[in-house]
Amino acid sequence: MRAALLTEYRKLVSTRMWWVLLLVMVAYLLFIAVVMAFSLATGGGAGGPGAGSAAVPQGVDAATTVYALANPIGYVFPLLVGSLAFTTEFRHRTITSSLLVEPRRGVLVVAKLVSSVVIGLVFGIVGTASVVLGGAPVLAAAGDGAFLASGDVWSLLAWSVVVLTLWTVVGVAFGGLVPNQVAAIVVIVAFTQFVEPIARVVGSAVDALSGVAQFLPGAAADAVLGTSFFGGLGGGATDLLPRWAGLAVLVAYALVFAVAARSTTLRKDIG
Amino acid sequence: MEPAAIAVDHLTKRFGAVTAVDDLSFEVRPGAVTGFLGPNGSGKTTTLRMLLGLVRPTAGRALVGDRPYVAIPRPARTVGAALEASSFHPGRTGLGHLRTLAPQVGVDDARCHEVLELVGLVEAKGRRVQGYSMGMRQRLGLASALLGDPPVVILDEPANGLDPQGIVWLRELLRLFASEGRTILVSSHVLAEVQTTVDDVVIITGGRLVHASPLSGLEDLAERLVVVRTPTPEEVERIAAQHGWTVTHDGGSLVVRGATAQQVGAEAFRVGVELHQLVDRSVELEDVFLRLTASAEDLATRAAGTPRGRVA
Repeated sequence: MRAALLTEYRKLVSTRMWWVLLLVMVAYLLFIAVVMAFSLATGGGAGGPGAGSAAVPQGVDAATTVYALANPIGYVFPLLVGSLAFTTEFRHRTITSSLLVEPRRGVLVVAKLVSSVVIGLVFGIVGTASVVLGGAPVLAAAGDGAFLASGDVWSLLAWSVVVLTLWTVVGVAFGGLVPNQVAAIVVIVAFTQFVEPIARVVGSAVDALSGVAQFLPGAAADAVLGTSFFGGLGGGATDLLPRWAGLAVLVAYALVFAVAARSTTLRKDIG
Repeated sequence: MEPAAIAVDHLTKRFGAVTAVDDLSFEVRPGAVTGFLGPNGSGKTTTLRMLLGLVRPTAGRALVGDRPYVAIPRPARTVGAALEASSFHPGRTGLGHLRTLAPQVGVDDARCHEVLELVGLVEAKGRRVQGYSMGMRQRLGLASALLGDPPVVILDEPANGLDPQGIVWLRELLRLFASEGRTILVSSHVLAEVQTTVDDVVIITGGRLVHASPLSGLEDLAERLVVVRTPTPEEVERIAAQHGWTVTHDGGSLVVRGATAQQVGAEAFRVGVELHQLVDRSVELEDVFLRLTASAEDLATRAAGTPRGRVA
């Protein structure tokens, strides 16, 4: 298994795609963090008097709202980089030589899942650092402060790294289930950018659906962080699962996708 | 390094209604180069993929040594295989490709450099594979196969894309491997490409075995031709008629079928006929190969061409 892990790790880092995605993620998250921090820092004044200003987080809440952005805004990147683990193998037909050196297909799947934790941690740490780098100076200069000494902030940042890492693992398993690279990218982008946001807004607005919406992967990730970007935007109280349950749901997504990948894509003839 | 033989045992593979490989059995011995021959679409690649555990047989089995490929621990140390010259990530370097395989083959970076040197890719090893020619990809595929220094080497159409020098180089490398006692199985759809390399041939068409023997066994199937130049062709024709050989005129020469040069020469000498030239025309094995594979193909075409309505 150690050899399989090293092989999978080398496959990921021996091409350019991972750091291209990393750079795009950094640029995107820096931009979003600056914009969000600025709008929160000045939101109280700009919103004017009335109900609007009451919903704008203040103080340490403003800081945690900005620092939690890496997950809801950036999770498409670790998902995509994870999905590449399988989709590039099928696109470039390297799956043949991979299975020649490791014919035990279950070992291949597990090695890909486990080895992606390394690249996932890189995306988690860099992504989380990006929103801090973008948001903290703005919050310190124009808002109530950066709150970088706060224990709550550091706990949030740590969970943000964990969640982004888990997204990478979910991405690997999803790529195994949908080995067609174009299809996997389209589904991931469409789901994260359109389907899930809409489903969650609908879920938070319709009481009957809120129980279901909790189990959407993005909602589970929010539950781990303990903050909800969409809940905040919707103004309503989106019911989040407890942290442990959020973690369990994310892990369950990875496991279900992985088992499905093993019994579909990797059961087939490789020809 | 223990030599291990390959045994294909009543192997069958159906894809829906299509039978790609049909009850195929043959063996490959160590210490020799075996040519696995057949026209395109005859089931060679499917057979090799079943042998390597990539495709699940509908029936039958294929063994390397005493077990199926998937049951061999660290299989790349026992069997080195190169299946298609295009299956590399274009953004990975030649060395990078080998380094992704190395941990599971169980070798270090030094071995990666060693095989790159062996296949002549030292200068290109740091370049991305997308810039490689077809011949360079073939060499990289070969390097991957040889990484684990395996006693069994399986190559699918390895001469595709190689230049003439490359083909000569490959032939010498495979001959060397065979002399070391390794088991070498090389597929091709052109007999001439491997004719000077192989000891044994296994010929299939339409997924079925049509011939398996040492190369000399194929030569026995070839029609013998003797080219004769003589000032008295009518005398030679008379001799041929006596022995039941047929004679045709080819420019200023006679072509005698059904006899060896020795036989024609001895008879001419006995009756005192003057000969100016007497040679065995080199045996055209490709003709034999085409005849073997075409006949079965024709049968298949005829069978497939039967209108369904009438059969029902």
